[in-house]
Amino acid sequence: MMKKVFAKVYIWILLVILYAPLVFIAACSFTESKVLGSWSGFSVKLYRNLLTGNMPGEASLISAVNNTLLIALAAAVLSTLLGTIAAIGIYNLKGRYRKAVIFTNNIPMINPDIITGVSLFLLFVFLHISQGYLTVILAHVTFGTPYVVLSVMPRLQQMNPNIYEAALDLGATPGQALRKVLIPELRPGMVSGFILAFTMSLDDFAVTFFTRGTIGLDTLSTYIYTDARKGGLTPELRPLMTLIFLIILVLLIIINVRKEKQAKKLQYIQK
Amino acid sequence: MSKRSNWSIPYVVFLVLFVVLPLVLVLLYAFQDGMGHFTFKNIGKFFTDRDALSTFAVSVEVALENTAICILLGYPAAWILSNKKYNRSAVTIILFIMPMWINALMRTLATAQLFTMLGITLGKGTLLFGMVYDYLPFMIYPIYNVLNKMDKSYAEAAVDLGATPWKAFWKVTVPLSMPGVMSGVLMVFMPTVSTFAISEFLTNNKIKLFGTIIQENINSSSWNYGAALAFIMLIIIGITSLFQKDKDQAEGALI
Amino acid sequence: MAEKIIEFKHVSKSFDGKNVLNDINLYVNKGEFLTLLGPSGCGKTTMLRMIAGFLEPDEGELLLDGKPLVGIPPHERPLNTVFQRYALFPHLDVYDNIAFGLKLKKVPQDEIDKRVRRVLKLVAMSDYEDRDVDTLSGGQQQRIAIARAIVNQPKVLLLDEPLAALDLKMRKDMQIELKEMHKKLGITFIYVTHDQEEALTLSDTIVVLNEGKIQQIGTPTDIYNEPVNCFVADFIGESNILKGRMTGKRRVAFIKHEFDCVDDFDLDEKVDVVVRPEDIYFTTDPAKCQFKAKVNTCTFKGVHYEMWVDTDTGYELMIQDYDPYPVGTEVMLYIDPDDIQVMKKERTCNTLHGTVKDAETVTLLDADFPLPNEFEAGTKVKVEIPFEAIDLMDNLDDGFLDGEVHSILYMGNHYHLTVKTEDGDFLWVDTNDIWDKGDLVGIRFKAGEGIKITKEDE
Repeated sequence: MMKKVFAKVYIWILLVILYAPLVFIAACSFTESKVLGSWSGFSVKLYRNLLTGNMPGEASLISAVNNTLLIALAAAVLSTLLGTIAAIGIYNLKGRYRKAVIFTNNIPMINPDIITGVSLFLLFVFLHISQGYLTVILAHVTFGTPYVVLSVMPRLQQMNPNIYEAALDLGATPGQALRKVLIPELRPGMVSGFILAFTMSLDDFAVTFFTRGTIGLDTLSTYIYTDARKGGLTPELRPLMTLIFLIILVLLIIINVRKEKQAKKLQYIQK
Repeated sequence: MSKRSNWSIPYVVFLVLFVVLPLVLVLLYAFQDGMGHFTFKNIGKFFTDRDALSTFAVSVEVALENTAICILLGYPAAWILSNKKYNRSAVTIILFIMPMWINALMRTLATAQLFTMLGITLGKGTLLFGMVYDYLPFMIYPIYNVLNKMDKSYAEAAVDLGATPWKAFWKVTVPLSMPGVMSGVLMVFMPTVSTFAISEFLTNNKIKLFGTIIQENINSSSWNYGAALAFIMLIIIGITSLFQKDKDQAEGALI
Repeated sequence: MAEKIIEFKHVSKSFDGKNVLNDINLYVNKGEFLTLLGPSGCGKTTMLRMIAGFLEPDEGELLLDGKPLVGIPPHERPLNTVFQRYALFPHLDVYDNIAFGLKLKKVPQDEIDKRVRRVLKLVAMSDYEDRDVDTLSGGQQQRIAIARAIVNQPKVLLLDEPLAALDLKMRKDMQIELKEMHKKLGITFIYVTHDQEEALTLSDTIVVLNEGKIQQIGTPTDIYNEPVNCFVADFIGESNILKGRMTGKRRVAFIKHEFDCVDDFDLDEKVDVVVRPEDIYFTTDPAKCQFKAKVNTCTFKGVHYEMWVDTDTGYELMIQDYDPYPVGTEVMLYIDPDDIQVMKKERTCNTLHGTVKDAETVTLLDADFPLPNEFEAGTKVKVEIPFEAIDLMDNLDDGFLDGEVHSILYMGNHYHLTVKTEDGDFLWVDTNDIWDKGDLVGIRFKAGEGIKITKEDE
């Protein structure tokens, strides 16, 4: 049983190291001290500041958060629409052309974000498009759509190809067959694609950095970047990080618990 | 049904405009001087600039070290997590995955702040540590996925044929898990070479990585040189992707 | 007087240059159970999909109730299909799957309820209304697929090998249920299968297809007892198929004996003869004995014994009988004239058209064959090659043309093979060598063995 103990210890050490900084920040979110690391007594003032928007001189944090969410939502919705239509189209392509399209689709996923950012920067300069919300959203759609395509394609491939024909056979027009049968089949893929595109957008720094222009548009990542360069870390960022950390933890647990429940239910019925 | 292939047209147009054209522009800018004339000057500048070359070398070195450490630490972790003997809880896996979903900048900043508080000076050591810290989950998750989905009968067959569990592991499990490892390497190596903000935070600007000089050049309007550097990075990507036999499999490990 | 509900008139179809259906002429009577039967690739599914509307004919006409179907999309045709792999909608439960077509037609809710419940009762799945389709077994899914189709009261029900994915017992049970459903509902069923037993069990009329052409149309008994050619005889049931020759009015010679029969052809005409294994009888009465044989193998098959015998003239025959005869026994056998089915030979030799290359070579099927001839280079010739004059080589390089063994017919003392070339041409070969379907062979002609080369008349 030494192996078991050894294994557990190894995992726990890794987890401790992985979470140390996050726990550190979470701990420091409960104190008012402007200097990170020194404890000036327990307080939830930072949380209050964050949630009420009462941050003297640091109001732009809230707008950065809003921008981040807005852009992520817009980009994810557009990516899902574009990507789903694309996946249906690509599924029906054949031969070398199909391989070429799939290859090009994968490029934004393989390229480091700095390359995507720089190349899109040059594009917008070349097309004389002034950089701002529009360009950032377009850039996020560029790297988000491949993930949607990648999520929807397997659903198309696993789907019984006769289903669409069966709908036609039963009296559905092509449009009805699409809406009532094809889309519902693809929906799980569309949902996971949406979530991926949304997350990629939230997480992004390099691409946003290069495509936001000079109008002062900030997402959370760019805000942190400029903030850190200035030297200090805006104290309200601590509760923000902690809250995000908790929300994601809860979401992940819920999703996984649901997955396990569904798997169990299927096993039970098939008995 | 065959007409539905036309549905791909909007996306193809989009790809040409937003993926192909920008890369072509990188190429064009890389090989042009400020006046639009064709030149190798930018590429040449890179190969003659000692600073640029050493930054490049440092970046590759750090990336290799980071990838290696991530594999060394991550593979055992993935194996333990996927092995029902040692881990039956789904929560542990979630705990490992979760950091991936938190903004990378946030995590890096938190790490740097922790170092500062603990009094550790920021430098190469912290950089490497920070990199491993950032990218470890990206290595663990695909390897875990592949190991989890792997048919246990392969290892059992090896043992049945006379191999010790240790040998079975090296001769059967490890080779079969390579797609997951490749996927992990894909998600760690290139991003490490190309990061810019992270290295600034973790070394207090003492060490520059390749990504940083690209960023500096673009920001200071030396687009041609910046594009040339980006072009060099694209070459490296091309080379590393040749080592990938089956990209679909690697991506499968992702999702 | 039965009306014709579906008609095929000179219908042809090709895919990627390959001809899949060739001049199909067929009509289906209202209310009957008609089966399209044939091996895979024969065109039966293509015909079904044409009726359903997923394909259009390249040539010819397809009529429903006398009116052309051309241009009418599948969702406007009053027909419904039961697909081979059920194609139930995974995101809907059983009730919603069945109600799908009715909801599209905007049938009122209480009427939908009534009809769905009625059809669920018909397929014996009344308790399964709210179930998710992925929790159903194969047989259950098949019944729901059938229910979903018939609830729309189509004029014709099309079934595309619906039982192919079920195990044997389930298949046999479903066959009986389908037949009863057909009787109860009274609608026309058009059924596609490659399983000849299934076709014989279910159908009012069977259409046998091969290589895109109709081979025979008839009732199950007609097809079984009186196949019109080798293909049908071999495809349906077990048969002994032998080469024969007419030796008089209703007298035919085969296995080197003469027999009375009930069919009449021209004197000396080469024919194919079919005798079913269950129609060869043992006797102890020398007066009844028509020929003698020695028992080679005897296998118990449950319902009967299956025996292979070597006749006194060197032919192998299969016999099915309720009583076994031990291996090695000498037996006396006879066949009733009624049980001898004489068929017109589709061809007596290979007929190829080609060009003379030189005095030693003729170009046939895009390959040069060594065939001594007396024509000038460039002459267009017709070459008739007997089945025995073709050699098949293991090693492709030893032949002048590559081919693949397409089908094998045992004819008592030799094999009659159909070989398909790369370009899709067919050659027929008689040989004693044992080949497997799908074997790659090199083709050679044995010059002199009766090969006739004649100048092509313009």
